[in-house]
Amino acid sequence: MKRLFKTYLEKPELAGLILLVLLVVIFEIRSNGVFLNQDNLRGMLGILPETGLVAIGVTILMISGEFDLSVGSVFALMPMCMAVLMVEGVPFPLALLAGLVVCAVIGFINGYVTIWFEIPSFITTLGMLFIARSLTIVVSGGFPPLLPADLPNWLFTSFVGPGNMFRMSFLWFAGIALLTSLMLSRTNFGNWIKATGGFHPAAASMGIPTARVKLACFVLCSMLSGFAGMLQVLRLGSPLPSIGEGLELQAVASAVIGGASLAGGIGTVAGGIIGTILIRIIDNGLVLSNVDANWFKFAIGFLTIFAVVANAWMRKRAKAIKMEG
Amino acid sequence: MEDAIISVRNLHKWYSGVHALKGVSLDLKRGEALGLVGDNGAGKSTLINILSGVHTADEGEILVEGRPVRIARPRDAMNLGIETIYQYNSTVPTMSIARNLFIGREPTLFSVFGVGILDQKQMASESIKAIANVDLHLRSPDALVGELSGGQRQGVAIARAMHFKSKVMILDEPTNHLSVKETSKVIGFVRGLKAQGVTGVFISHNMHHVFDCCDRVVAMARGEVVLDKRIEETSIDEVHNVL
Ligand SMILES: Nc1ncnc2c1ncn2[C@@H]1O[C@H](COP(=O)(O)OP(=O)(O)OP(=O)(O)O)[C@@H](O)[C@H]1O
Ligand SMILES: [Mg+2]
Repeated sequence: MKRLFKTYLEKPELAGLILLVLLVVIFEIRSNGVFLNQDNLRGMLGILPETGLVAIGVTILMISGEFDLSVGSVFALMPMCMAVLMVEGVPFPLALLAGLVVCAVIGFINGYVTIWFEIPSFITTLGMLFIARSLTIVVSGGFPPLLPADLPNWLFTSFVGPGNMFRMSFLWFAGIALLTSLMLSRTNFGNWIKATGGFHPAAASMGIPTARVKLACFVLCSMLSGFAGMLQVLRLGSPLPSIGEGLELQAVASAVIGGASLAGGIGTVAGGIIGTILIRIIDNGLVLSNVDANWFKFAIGFLTIFAVVANAWMRKRAKAIKMEG
Repeated sequence: MEDAIISVRNLHKWYSGVHALKGVSLDLKRGEALGLVGDNGAGKSTLINILSGVHTADEGEILVEGRPVRIARPRDAMNLGIETIYQYNSTVPTMSIARNLFIGREPTLFSVFGVGILDQKQMASESIKAIANVDLHLRSPDALVGELSGGQRQGVAIARAMHFKSKVMILDEPTNHLSVKETSKVIGFVRGLKAQGVTGVFISHNMHHVFDCCDRVVAMARGEVVLDKRIEETSIDEVHNVL
Protein backbone atom coordinates (compact mmCIF):
# COMPACT_ATOMS: atom_id res chain seq x y z
CA MET A 1 0.00 0.00 0.00
CA LYS A 2 2.71 2.40 1.06
CA ARG A 3 4.80 1.33 -1.89
CA LEU A 4 1.90 1.88 -4.27
CA PHE A 5 1.37 5.35 -2.84
CA LYS A 6 5.05 6.15 -3.22
CA THR A 7 5.20 4.85 -6.78
CA TYR A 8 2.30 7.12 -7.73
CA LEU A 9 3.76 10.16 -6.01
CA GLU A 10 6.91 9.60 -8.05
CA LYS A 11 5.04 9.69 -11.36
CA PRO A 12 5.96 13.03 -12.92
CA GLU A 13 2.62 13.50 -14.64
CA LEU A 14 0.52 13.02 -11.50
CA ALA A 15 0.15 16.72 -10.59
CA GLY A 16 -1.02 17.52 -14.11
CA LEU A 17 -3.49 14.65 -14.09
CA ILE A 18 -5.07 15.76 -10.81
CA LEU A 19 -5.36 19.35 -12.08
CA LEU A 20 -6.92 18.04 -15.28
CA VAL A 21 -9.68 16.16 -13.46
CA LEU A 22 -10.32 19.15 -11.17
CA LEU A 23 -10.59 21.62 -14.03
CA VAL A 24 -12.88 19.38 -16.06
CA VAL A 25 -15.26 19.14 -13.11
CA ILE A 26 -15.13 22.90 -12.44
CA PHE A 27 -15.68 23.90 -16.06
CA GLU A 28 -18.43 21.33 -16.52
CA ILE A 29 -20.32 22.84 -13.57
CA ARG A 30 -19.57 26.49 -14.46
CA SER A 31 -20.68 26.04 -18.06
CA ASN A 32 -23.88 24.21 -17.10
CA GLY A 33 -22.89 21.04 -18.90
CA VAL A 34 -21.86 22.64 -22.17
CA PHE A 35 -18.18 21.88 -21.58
CA LEU A 36 -18.43 18.12 -21.99
CA ASN A 37 -21.16 18.07 -24.61
CA GLN A 38 -20.47 16.50 -27.96
CA ASP A 39 -20.00 19.64 -30.03
CA ASN A 40 -17.58 21.26 -27.65
CA LEU A 41 -15.55 18.08 -27.19
CA ARG A 42 -15.40 17.63 -30.93
CA GLY A 43 -14.03 21.13 -31.33
CA MET A 44 -11.34 20.57 -28.73
CA LEU A 45 -10.35 17.15 -30.06
CA GLY A 46 -9.99 18.71 -33.52
CA ILE A 47 -7.30 21.15 -32.38
CA LEU A 48 -5.59 18.97 -29.78
CA PRO A 49 -3.48 16.88 -32.21
CA GLU A 50 -1.76 19.99 -33.56
CA THR A 51 -0.42 21.36 -30.30
CA GLY A 52 -0.22 17.85 -28.85
CA LEU A 53 2.26 16.56 -31.44
CA VAL A 54 4.51 19.57 -30.89
CA ALA A 55 4.37 18.98 -27.13
CA ILE A 56 5.35 15.32 -27.61
CA GLY A 57 8.44 16.34 -29.57
CA VAL A 58 9.43 19.04 -27.13
CA THR A 59 8.90 16.73 -24.15
CA ILE A 60 11.10 13.96 -25.55
CA LEU A 61 13.80 16.45 -26.49
CA MET A 62 13.62 17.97 -23.02
CA ILE A 63 14.04 14.53 -21.42
CA SER A 64 17.23 14.13 -23.47
CA GLY A 65 18.41 17.39 -21.89
CA GLU A 66 17.85 19.85 -24.75
CA PHE A 67 15.42 22.56 -25.85
CA ASP A 68 13.75 23.56 -29.10
CA LEU A 69 12.39 27.08 -29.47
CA SER A 70 12.09 26.77 -33.25
CA VAL A 71 9.07 24.43 -33.23
CA GLY A 72 6.56 27.25 -33.83
CA SER A 73 8.44 28.45 -36.90
CA VAL A 74 8.91 24.93 -38.27
CA PHE A 75 5.17 24.47 -37.68
CA ALA A 76 4.60 27.24 -40.27
CA LEU A 77 7.52 26.49 -42.59
CA MET A 78 6.76 22.85 -43.35
CA PRO A 79 3.18 23.37 -44.68
CA MET A 80 4.34 26.49 -46.52
CA CYS A 81 6.99 24.49 -48.36
CA MET A 82 4.39 21.86 -49.19
CA ALA A 83 1.91 24.47 -50.46
CA VAL A 84 4.48 26.14 -52.68
CA LEU A 85 5.55 22.77 -54.12
CA MET A 86 1.95 21.75 -54.76
CA VAL A 87 1.25 25.02 -56.55
CA GLU A 88 4.16 24.05 -58.80
CA GLY A 89 2.32 20.81 -59.57
CA VAL A 90 4.16 18.45 -57.21
CA PRO A 91 1.73 15.73 -56.02
CA PHE A 92 0.74 15.69 -52.34
CA PRO A 93 2.74 12.62 -51.19
CA LEU A 94 5.96 14.00 -52.69
CA ALA A 95 5.32 17.43 -51.21
CA LEU A 96 4.69 15.81 -47.82
CA LEU A 97 7.95 13.92 -48.09
CA ALA A 98 9.84 17.06 -49.08
CA GLY A 99 8.28 18.99 -46.20
CA LEU A 100 9.33 16.33 -43.72
CA VAL A 101 12.84 16.34 -45.15
CA VAL A 102 13.01 20.11 -44.61
CA CYS A 103 11.99 19.57 -40.97
CA ALA A 104 14.54 16.79 -40.53
CA VAL A 105 17.28 19.02 -41.93
CA ILE A 106 16.32 21.85 -39.56
CA GLY A 107 16.29 19.46 -36.61
CA PHE A 108 19.65 18.10 -37.69
CA ILE A 109 21.16 21.58 -37.92
CA ASN A 110 19.74 22.49 -34.49
CA GLY A 111 21.30 19.37 -33.00
CA TYR A 112 24.56 19.45 -34.90
CA VAL A 113 25.35 23.08 -34.04
CA THR A 114 24.31 22.56 -30.42
CA ILE A 115 26.36 19.43 -29.88
CA TRP A 116 29.52 20.02 -31.89
CA PHE A 117 30.00 23.65 -30.99
CA GLU A 118 28.83 23.03 -27.43
CA ILE A 119 26.32 25.87 -27.55
CA PRO A 120 23.20 25.82 -25.36
CA SER A 121 20.29 24.61 -27.51
CA PHE A 122 18.32 27.54 -26.13
CA ILE A 123 20.53 29.81 -28.27
CA THR A 124 20.78 27.58 -31.36
CA THR A 125 17.06 27.09 -31.62
CA LEU A 126 16.30 30.73 -30.76
CA GLY A 127 18.31 31.58 -33.85
CA MET A 128 16.44 28.92 -35.81
CA LEU A 129 13.12 30.40 -34.62
CA PHE A 130 13.92 33.58 -36.56
CA ILE A 131 15.55 31.84 -39.51
CA ALA A 132 12.69 29.39 -40.11
CA ARG A 133 10.02 32.09 -39.68
CA SER A 134 11.82 34.32 -42.13
CA LEU A 135 12.18 31.46 -44.61
CA THR A 136 8.45 30.79 -44.33
CA ILE A 137 7.62 34.31 -45.44
CA VAL A 138 10.30 34.34 -48.14
CA VAL A 139 9.13 30.99 -49.53
CA SER A 140 5.51 32.16 -49.55
CA GLY A 141 6.51 35.10 -51.71
CA GLY A 142 4.65 37.57 -49.52
CA PHE A 143 1.16 36.15 -49.77
CA PRO A 144 -0.07 32.65 -48.97
CA PRO A 145 -0.35 30.33 -52.00
CA LEU A 146 -3.69 28.72 -52.75
CA LEU A 147 -3.94 25.07 -51.81
CA PRO A 148 -5.02 22.73 -54.62
CA ALA A 149 -8.55 21.36 -54.34
CA ASP A 150 -7.70 17.66 -54.47
CA LEU A 151 -6.04 17.29 -51.04
CA PRO A 152 -6.26 13.95 -49.18
CA ASN A 153 -8.45 15.45 -46.45
CA TRP A 154 -9.97 12.04 -45.82
CA LEU A 155 -6.60 10.99 -44.44
CA PHE A 156 -6.03 13.98 -42.15
CA THR A 157 -9.00 16.19 -41.37
CA SER A 158 -12.26 14.34 -42.11
CA PHE A 159 -14.50 13.52 -39.18
CA VAL A 160 -14.73 9.84 -38.25
CA GLY A 161 -15.83 7.61 -35.40
CA PRO A 162 -19.06 7.32 -33.45
CA GLY A 163 -21.08 10.53 -33.83
CA ASN A 164 -18.24 11.90 -36.00
CA MET A 165 -16.42 12.62 -32.77
CA PHE A 166 -12.85 12.73 -34.12
CA ARG A 167 -10.97 14.10 -37.02
CA MET A 168 -8.55 11.72 -38.73
CA SER A 169 -5.77 13.90 -37.31
CA PHE A 170 -6.72 12.62 -33.88
CA LEU A 171 -5.99 9.05 -34.95
CA TRP A 172 -2.56 10.13 -36.22
CA PHE A 173 -1.98 11.87 -32.91
CA ALA A 174 -3.10 8.86 -30.86
CA GLY A 175 -0.94 6.51 -32.93
CA ILE A 176 2.15 8.70 -32.70
CA ALA A 177 1.57 9.29 -28.98
CA LEU A 178 1.36 5.54 -28.38
CA LEU A 179 4.48 4.78 -30.43
CA THR A 180 6.62 7.52 -28.89
CA SER A 181 5.42 6.62 -25.42
CA LEU A 182 6.38 2.98 -25.94
CA MET A 183 9.69 4.05 -27.41
CA LEU A 184 10.48 6.08 -24.32
CA SER A 185 9.39 3.56 -21.71
CA ARG A 186 9.91 0.16 -23.33
CA THR A 187 12.92 0.34 -25.63
CA ASN A 188 16.63 0.56 -25.01
CA PHE A 189 16.66 3.76 -27.06
CA GLY A 190 14.23 5.30 -24.55
CA ASN A 191 16.60 4.26 -21.80
CA TRP A 192 19.45 6.03 -23.59
CA ILE A 193 17.38 9.23 -23.93
CA LYS A 194 16.65 9.26 -20.21
CA ALA A 195 20.23 8.45 -19.27
CA THR A 196 21.64 11.11 -21.61
CA GLY A 197 19.40 13.79 -20.12
CA GLY A 198 19.59 12.43 -16.57
CA PHE A 199 23.36 12.55 -16.16
CA HIS A 200 25.36 13.02 -19.31
CA PRO A 201 28.83 11.99 -18.03
CA ALA A 202 27.51 8.67 -16.74
CA ALA A 203 25.63 7.96 -19.97
CA ALA A 204 28.68 8.76 -22.09
CA SER A 205 31.04 6.69 -19.96
CA MET A 206 28.68 3.71 -20.20
CA GLY A 207 29.08 3.79 -23.96
CA ILE A 208 25.81 5.43 -24.96
CA PRO A 209 26.21 7.41 -28.22
CA THR A 210 24.85 10.54 -26.53
CA ALA A 211 25.45 12.86 -29.49
CA ARG A 212 23.47 10.62 -31.82
CA VAL A 213 20.72 10.17 -29.23
CA LYS A 214 20.29 13.94 -28.89
CA LEU A 215 20.49 14.44 -32.62
CA ALA A 216 17.69 11.91 -33.13
CA CYS A 217 15.54 13.74 -30.57
CA PHE A 218 16.13 17.09 -32.31
CA VAL A 219 15.14 15.61 -35.67
CA LEU A 220 12.07 13.89 -34.22
CA CYS A 221 10.96 17.11 -32.52
CA SER A 222 11.25 19.13 -35.73
CA MET A 223 9.45 16.52 -37.82
CA LEU A 224 6.55 16.23 -35.37
CA SER A 225 6.21 20.03 -35.30
CA GLY A 226 6.18 20.29 -39.08
CA PHE A 227 3.67 17.46 -39.38
CA ALA A 228 1.47 19.17 -36.78
CA GLY A 229 1.67 22.42 -38.77
CA MET A 230 0.52 20.58 -41.86
CA LEU A 231 -2.49 19.21 -39.94
CA GLN A 232 -3.44 22.74 -38.95
CA VAL A 233 -3.09 24.08 -42.47
CA LEU A 234 -5.24 21.27 -43.86
CA ARG A 235 -7.87 22.01 -41.21
CA LEU A 236 -7.84 25.76 -41.89
CA GLY A 237 -7.53 25.32 -45.64
CA SER A 238 -4.84 27.95 -46.08
CA PRO A 239 -1.08 28.09 -45.29
CA LEU A 240 -0.76 31.31 -43.32
CA PRO A 241 2.88 32.27 -42.63
CA SER A 242 2.03 33.41 -39.11
CA ILE A 243 0.68 30.15 -37.65
CA GLY A 244 2.46 28.64 -34.70
CA GLU A 245 3.69 31.92 -33.27
CA GLY A 246 4.20 31.51 -29.53
CA LEU A 247 3.70 27.77 -29.85
CA GLU A 248 7.25 27.04 -28.67
CA LEU A 249 6.58 28.43 -25.20
CA GLN A 250 3.18 26.77 -24.98
CA ALA A 251 4.87 23.47 -25.81
CA VAL A 252 7.48 23.99 -23.10
CA ALA A 253 4.65 24.86 -20.70
CA SER A 254 2.85 21.63 -21.68
CA ALA A 255 5.95 19.56 -21.06
CA VAL A 256 6.66 21.21 -17.73
CA ILE A 257 3.04 21.03 -16.54
CA GLY A 258 3.21 17.35 -17.45
CA GLY A 259 6.17 16.87 -15.15
CA ALA A 260 9.16 17.08 -17.50
CA SER A 261 12.25 18.57 -15.89
CA LEU A 262 14.11 21.45 -17.52
CA ALA A 263 17.30 19.78 -16.35
CA GLY A 264 16.51 16.66 -18.40
CA GLY A 265 16.10 13.01 -17.49
CA ILE A 266 12.57 13.27 -16.11
CA GLY A 267 9.28 13.30 -18.00
CA THR A 268 6.82 11.21 -19.97
CA VAL A 269 4.98 11.50 -23.27
CA ALA A 270 1.70 11.11 -21.37
CA GLY A 271 2.70 14.07 -19.20
CA GLY A 272 3.32 16.29 -22.22
CA ILE A 273 -0.10 15.33 -23.58
CA ILE A 274 -1.80 15.98 -20.25
CA GLY A 275 -0.14 19.41 -20.21
CA THR A 276 -1.44 20.14 -23.71
CA ILE A 277 -4.97 19.03 -22.82
CA LEU A 278 -4.86 21.25 -19.73
CA ILE A 279 -3.94 24.28 -21.80
CA ARG A 280 -6.66 23.52 -24.37
CA ILE A 281 -9.20 23.01 -21.62
CA ILE A 282 -8.38 26.30 -19.97
CA ASP A 283 -8.57 28.10 -23.30
CA ASN A 284 -11.96 26.58 -24.01
CA GLY A 285 -13.32 26.52 -20.47
CA LEU A 286 -12.65 30.19 -19.79
CA VAL A 287 -14.62 31.13 -22.90
CA LEU A 288 -17.50 28.86 -21.97
CA SER A 289 -17.67 30.22 -18.43
CA ASN A 290 -17.82 33.77 -19.81
CA VAL A 291 -14.48 34.80 -18.39
CA ASP A 292 -12.64 37.59 -20.21
CA ALA A 293 -10.40 35.78 -22.75
CA ASN A 294 -7.47 37.95 -21.74
CA TRP A 295 -7.14 35.84 -18.63
CA PHE A 296 -6.00 32.90 -20.78
CA LYS A 297 -2.29 33.64 -20.64
CA PHE A 298 -2.56 34.47 -16.97
CA ALA A 299 -4.08 31.06 -16.35
CA ILE A 300 -1.39 29.25 -18.37
CA GLY A 301 1.33 31.09 -16.51
CA PHE A 302 -0.19 30.38 -13.15
CA LEU A 303 -0.76 26.75 -14.04
CA THR A 304 2.83 26.27 -15.17
CA ILE A 305 4.27 27.57 -11.94
CA PHE A 306 1.68 25.80 -9.83
CA ALA A 307 2.23 22.42 -11.53
CA VAL A 308 5.99 22.61 -11.08
CA VAL A 309 5.68 23.57 -7.43
CA ALA A 310 3.17 20.76 -6.86
CA ASN A 311 5.47 18.31 -8.60
CA ALA A 312 8.48 19.28 -6.56
CA TRP A 313 6.44 18.97 -3.39
CA MET A 314 5.15 15.52 -4.31
CA ARG A 315 8.59 14.28 -5.23
CA LYS A 316 9.86 15.42 -1.87
CA ARG A 317 6.98 13.66 -0.13
CA ALA A 318 7.71 10.49 -2.09
CA LYS A 319 11.35 10.64 -1.08
CA ALA A 320 10.34 11.03 2.57
CA ILE A 321 8.40 7.77 2.48
CA LYS A 322 11.10 5.32 3.46
CA MET A 323 10.47 1.75 2.52
CA GLU A 324 11.43 -1.17 4.72
CA GLY A 325 15.02 -2.40 4.46
CA MET B 1 55.47 -9.65 -19.00
CA GLU B 2 53.42 -12.70 -20.00
CA ASP B 3 51.37 -12.42 -16.82
CA ALA B 4 50.45 -8.77 -17.42
CA ILE B 5 46.75 -8.35 -18.16
CA ILE B 6 47.18 -4.73 -19.22
CA SER B 7 50.43 -3.04 -20.22
CA VAL B 8 50.75 0.57 -21.21
CA ARG B 9 53.87 1.81 -22.96
CA ASN B 10 55.01 5.41 -23.12
CA LEU B 11 51.57 7.05 -22.95
CA HIS B 12 51.39 10.77 -23.66
CA LYS B 13 48.39 13.02 -23.35
CA TRP B 14 48.07 16.74 -23.97
CA TYR B 15 45.01 18.79 -23.05
CA SER B 16 45.32 21.89 -25.20
CA GLY B 17 48.71 22.87 -23.82
CA VAL B 18 48.70 20.88 -20.58
CA HIS B 19 51.03 17.88 -20.84
CA ALA B 20 48.98 15.65 -18.53
CA LEU B 21 50.79 12.34 -19.18
CA LYS B 22 54.50 12.37 -19.97
CA GLY B 23 55.38 8.89 -21.11
CA VAL B 24 53.70 6.60 -18.63
CA SER B 25 54.56 2.89 -18.73
CA LEU B 26 52.92 0.41 -16.40
CA ASP B 27 52.20 -3.31 -16.15
CA LEU B 28 49.09 -4.52 -14.43
CA LYS B 29 49.52 -8.14 -13.35
CA ARG B 30 46.66 -10.56 -13.51
CA GLY B 31 44.83 -10.89 -10.21
CA GLU B 32 46.65 -8.14 -8.36
CA ALA B 33 45.12 -5.10 -6.73
CA LEU B 34 47.06 -2.00 -7.73
CA GLY B 35 46.88 1.21 -5.73
CA LEU B 36 47.37 4.37 -7.76
CA VAL B 37 48.23 7.46 -5.74
CA GLY B 38 49.36 11.01 -6.46
CA ASP B 39 48.56 14.64 -5.81
CA ASN B 40 45.65 16.50 -7.40
CA GLY B 41 46.35 16.90 -11.10
CA ALA B 42 49.04 14.20 -11.18
CA GLY B 43 47.33 12.51 -14.12
CA LYS B 44 45.69 9.51 -12.45
CA SER B 45 42.24 10.13 -13.87
CA THR B 46 43.74 10.92 -17.26
CA LEU B 47 45.48 7.53 -17.33
CA ILE B 48 42.28 5.79 -16.25
CA ASN B 49 40.17 7.69 -18.79
CA ILE B 50 42.45 6.49 -21.55
CA LEU B 51 42.16 2.87 -20.39
CA SER B 52 38.38 3.15 -20.22
CA GLY B 53 37.96 4.85 -23.59
CA VAL B 54 36.68 8.21 -22.37
CA HIS B 55 39.80 9.88 -23.80
CA THR B 56 42.38 8.61 -26.24
CA ALA B 57 46.14 8.86 -25.83
CA ASP B 58 48.08 11.15 -28.16
CA GLU B 59 51.04 8.79 -28.18
CA GLY B 60 51.90 5.37 -26.81
CA GLU B 61 50.61 1.84 -26.82
CA ILE B 62 48.16 -0.26 -24.84
CA LEU B 63 48.41 -4.07 -24.69
CA VAL B 64 45.69 -6.25 -23.25
CA GLU B 65 46.82 -9.80 -22.52
CA GLY B 66 49.84 -9.16 -24.71
CA ARG B 67 47.94 -7.97 -27.77
CA PRO B 68 48.08 -4.33 -28.89
CA VAL B 69 44.58 -2.82 -28.74
CA ARG B 70 42.88 0.39 -29.73
CA ILE B 71 40.46 1.76 -27.15
CA ALA B 72 38.63 4.55 -28.95
CA ARG B 73 35.41 4.65 -26.96
CA PRO B 74 33.99 3.31 -23.69
CA ARG B 75 32.36 0.41 -25.45
CA ASP B 76 35.75 -0.85 -26.68
CA ALA B 77 37.05 -0.96 -23.11
CA MET B 78 33.94 -2.77 -21.89
CA ASN B 79 34.30 -5.35 -24.64
CA LEU B 80 37.85 -5.96 -23.48
CA GLY B 81 36.54 -6.58 -19.97
CA ILE B 82 37.66 -3.27 -18.49
CA GLU B 83 34.97 -1.74 -16.25
CA THR B 84 35.44 1.63 -14.60
CA ILE B 85 33.82 3.23 -11.61
CA TYR B 86 34.42 6.92 -12.02
CA GLN B 87 35.48 9.62 -9.64
CA TYR B 88 32.21 11.40 -10.21
CA ASN B 89 29.29 9.05 -9.83
CA SER B 90 28.80 6.79 -12.80
CA THR B 91 25.09 6.22 -12.24
CA VAL B 92 22.08 8.25 -13.39
CA PRO B 93 20.16 9.47 -10.31
CA THR B 94 16.86 9.94 -12.15
CA MET B 95 16.70 6.29 -13.20
CA SER B 96 15.90 3.12 -11.28
CA ILE B 97 18.53 0.70 -10.01
CA ALA B 98 17.53 -1.92 -12.57
CA ARG B 99 17.75 0.56 -15.45
CA ASN B 100 21.09 1.84 -14.20
CA LEU B 101 22.57 -1.64 -14.08
CA PHE B 102 21.93 -2.14 -17.78
CA ILE B 103 22.60 1.35 -19.21
CA GLY B 104 23.96 0.92 -22.71
CA ARG B 105 23.77 -2.89 -22.44
CA GLU B 106 20.04 -3.44 -22.07
CA PRO B 107 18.78 -6.94 -22.80
CA THR B 108 16.19 -6.78 -25.58
CA LEU B 109 13.47 -9.18 -26.71
CA PHE B 110 14.37 -8.40 -30.31
CA SER B 111 16.06 -5.51 -32.00
CA VAL B 112 16.52 -3.82 -35.36
CA PHE B 113 19.82 -2.00 -35.91
CA GLY B 114 20.54 -2.23 -32.18
CA VAL B 115 17.26 -0.63 -31.10
CA GLY B 116 14.66 -2.90 -29.58
CA ILE B 117 12.11 -3.70 -26.90
CA LEU B 118 13.55 -4.03 -23.38
CA ASP B 119 13.39 -7.41 -21.70
CA GLN B 120 12.12 -5.99 -18.41
CA LYS B 121 11.62 -9.38 -16.79
CA GLN B 122 15.25 -10.30 -17.33
CA MET B 123 16.38 -6.87 -16.14
CA ALA B 124 14.40 -7.20 -12.92
CA SER B 125 15.57 -10.70 -12.05
CA GLU B 126 19.20 -10.15 -13.01
CA SER B 127 19.43 -6.88 -11.14
CA ILE B 128 18.22 -8.54 -7.96
CA LYS B 129 20.97 -11.12 -8.36
CA ALA B 130 23.62 -8.56 -9.25
CA ILE B 131 22.84 -6.46 -6.18
CA ALA B 132 22.84 -9.48 -3.88
CA ASN B 133 26.18 -10.65 -5.30
CA VAL B 134 27.99 -7.59 -4.02
CA ASP B 135 26.29 -7.89 -0.66
CA LEU B 136 24.26 -4.75 -1.14
CA HIS B 137 20.91 -4.79 0.62
CA LEU B 138 18.41 -2.73 -1.30
CA ARG B 139 14.67 -2.95 -1.05
CA SER B 140 13.77 -3.09 -4.71
CA PRO B 141 15.49 -2.74 -8.07
CA ASP B 142 12.79 -0.22 -9.01
CA ALA B 143 13.95 2.39 -6.49
CA LEU B 144 15.52 5.49 -7.97
CA VAL B 145 19.29 5.66 -7.63
CA GLY B 146 18.91 9.33 -6.61
CA GLU B 147 17.36 8.15 -3.35
CA LEU B 148 20.32 5.97 -2.37
CA SER B 149 23.23 7.00 -0.17
CA GLY B 150 26.58 7.70 -1.79
CA GLY B 151 27.92 4.32 -0.74
CA GLN B 152 24.89 2.49 -2.08
CA ARG B 153 25.28 4.30 -5.39
CA GLN B 154 28.87 3.17 -5.65
CA GLY B 155 27.56 -0.28 -4.75
CA VAL B 156 25.23 -0.17 -7.74
CA ALA B 157 28.14 0.83 -10.00
CA ILE B 158 30.25 -2.00 -8.56
CA ALA B 159 27.38 -4.48 -8.96
CA ARG B 160 27.10 -3.45 -12.58
CA ALA B 161 30.81 -3.94 -13.22
CA MET B 162 30.72 -7.37 -11.56
CA HIS B 163 27.58 -8.42 -13.38
CA PHE B 164 29.22 -7.87 -16.74
CA LYS B 165 32.10 -10.13 -15.71
CA SER B 166 34.87 -7.62 -15.90
CA LYS B 167 38.45 -8.85 -15.95
CA VAL B 168 39.82 -5.53 -14.77
CA MET B 169 37.97 -3.18 -12.49
CA ILE B 170 39.16 0.39 -12.15
CA LEU B 171 37.89 2.43 -9.22
CA ASP B 172 38.73 6.14 -9.42
CA GLU B 173 38.41 7.60 -5.91
CA PRO B 174 35.33 5.52 -5.16
CA THR B 175 35.35 6.53 -1.51
CA ASN B 176 35.00 10.29 -2.08
CA HIS B 177 32.23 11.76 0.05
CA LEU B 178 31.56 8.43 1.76
CA SER B 179 31.12 7.90 5.47
CA VAL B 180 33.70 5.85 7.37
CA LYS B 181 31.41 2.84 7.44
CA GLU B 182 30.63 2.96 3.73
CA THR B 183 34.30 3.54 2.91
CA SER B 184 35.30 0.38 4.73
CA LYS B 185 32.68 -1.50 2.73
CA VAL B 186 34.24 -0.33 -0.53
CA ILE B 187 37.73 -1.22 0.78
CA GLY B 188 36.45 -4.65 1.71
CA PHE B 189 35.12 -5.00 -1.76
CA VAL B 190 38.47 -4.17 -3.36
CA ARG B 191 40.07 -6.82 -1.11
CA GLY B 192 37.47 -9.32 -2.29
CA LEU B 193 38.19 -8.76 -5.97
CA LYS B 194 41.10 -11.19 -5.99
CA ALA B 195 38.93 -14.04 -4.75
CA GLN B 196 36.65 -13.42 -7.72
CA GLY B 197 39.61 -13.49 -10.09
CA VAL B 198 39.29 -9.82 -10.99
CA THR B 199 42.26 -7.50 -11.33
CA GLY B 200 41.73 -4.16 -9.63
CA VAL B 201 43.07 -0.63 -9.90
CA PHE B 202 42.21 1.48 -6.88
CA ILE B 203 42.79 5.22 -6.87
CA SER B 204 42.72 7.07 -3.58
CA HIS B 205 44.22 10.03 -1.78
CA ASN B 206 44.16 8.05 1.45
CA MET B 207 47.42 6.12 1.75
CA HIS B 208 46.07 3.99 4.57
CA HIS B 209 43.25 2.74 2.38
CA VAL B 210 45.69 1.85 -0.38
CA PHE B 211 48.02 0.01 1.98
CA ASP B 212 44.97 -1.68 3.44
CA CYS B 213 43.68 -3.37 0.33
CA CYS B 214 46.33 -3.33 -2.42
CA ASP B 215 49.24 -5.59 -3.39
CA ARG B 216 51.24 -2.94 -5.19
CA VAL B 217 51.40 0.82 -5.13
CA VAL B 218 52.17 3.15 -8.04
CA ALA B 219 52.72 6.83 -7.35
CA MET B 220 52.32 9.49 -10.01
CA ALA B 221 53.49 13.09 -9.97
CA ARG B 222 53.19 15.71 -12.72
CA GLY B 223 52.22 13.17 -15.35
CA GLU B 224 54.95 10.61 -14.59
CA VAL B 225 55.27 7.41 -12.58
CA VAL B 226 57.65 8.18 -9.72
CA LEU B 227 57.35 4.99 -7.69
CA ASP B 228 56.20 1.45 -8.44
CA LYS B 229 56.68 -1.08 -5.62
CA ARG B 230 55.03 -3.99 -3.87
CA ILE B 231 53.34 -2.99 -0.63
CA GLU B 232 55.75 -5.14 1.46
CA GLU B 233 58.75 -3.37 -0.06
CA THR B 234 57.68 0.17 0.72
CA SER B 235 56.01 2.27 3.37
CA ILE B 236 53.55 5.13 3.60
CA ASP B 237 56.40 7.47 4.43
CA GLU B 238 58.41 6.50 1.36
CA VAL B 239 55.42 7.10 -0.90
CA HIS B 240 54.76 10.45 0.76
CA ASN B 241 58.36 11.46 0.19
CA VAL B 242 58.30 10.96 -3.58
CA LEU B 243 55.10 12.93 -4.05
N1 LIG C 1 39.21 17.29 -19.73
C1 LIG C 1 40.30 18.01 -19.45
N2 LIG C 1 40.57 19.13 -20.16
C2 LIG C 1 41.69 19.86 -19.90
N3 LIG C 1 42.59 19.56 -18.97
C3 LIG C 1 42.38 18.47 -18.22
C4 LIG C 1 41.23 17.64 -18.42
N4 LIG C 1 41.27 16.61 -17.54
C5 LIG C 1 42.40 16.81 -16.83
N5 LIG C 1 43.08 17.91 -17.22
C6 LIG C 1 44.36 18.37 -16.69
O1 LIG C 1 45.25 17.30 -16.74
C7 LIG C 1 46.03 17.23 -15.55
C8 LIG C 1 45.85 15.88 -14.91
O2 LIG C 1 44.52 15.77 -14.40
P1 LIG C 1 43.90 14.45 -13.79
O3 LIG C 1 42.44 14.66 -13.67
O4 LIG C 1 44.35 13.27 -14.57
O5 LIG C 1 44.53 14.40 -12.33
P2 LIG C 1 44.25 13.42 -11.12
O6 LIG C 1 45.53 12.80 -10.77
O7 LIG C 1 43.13 12.52 -11.41
O8 LIG C 1 43.84 14.46 -9.98
P3 LIG C 1 42.73 14.33 -8.82
O9 LIG C 1 43.37 13.63 -7.69
O10 LIG C 1 42.42 15.75 -8.48
O11 LIG C 1 41.56 13.62 -9.37
C9 LIG C 1 45.58 18.40 -14.71
O12 LIG C 1 46.52 19.45 -14.90
C10 LIG C 1 44.25 18.77 -15.24
O13 LIG C 1 44.02 20.15 -15.10
MG1 LIG D 1 41.18 12.28 -10.68
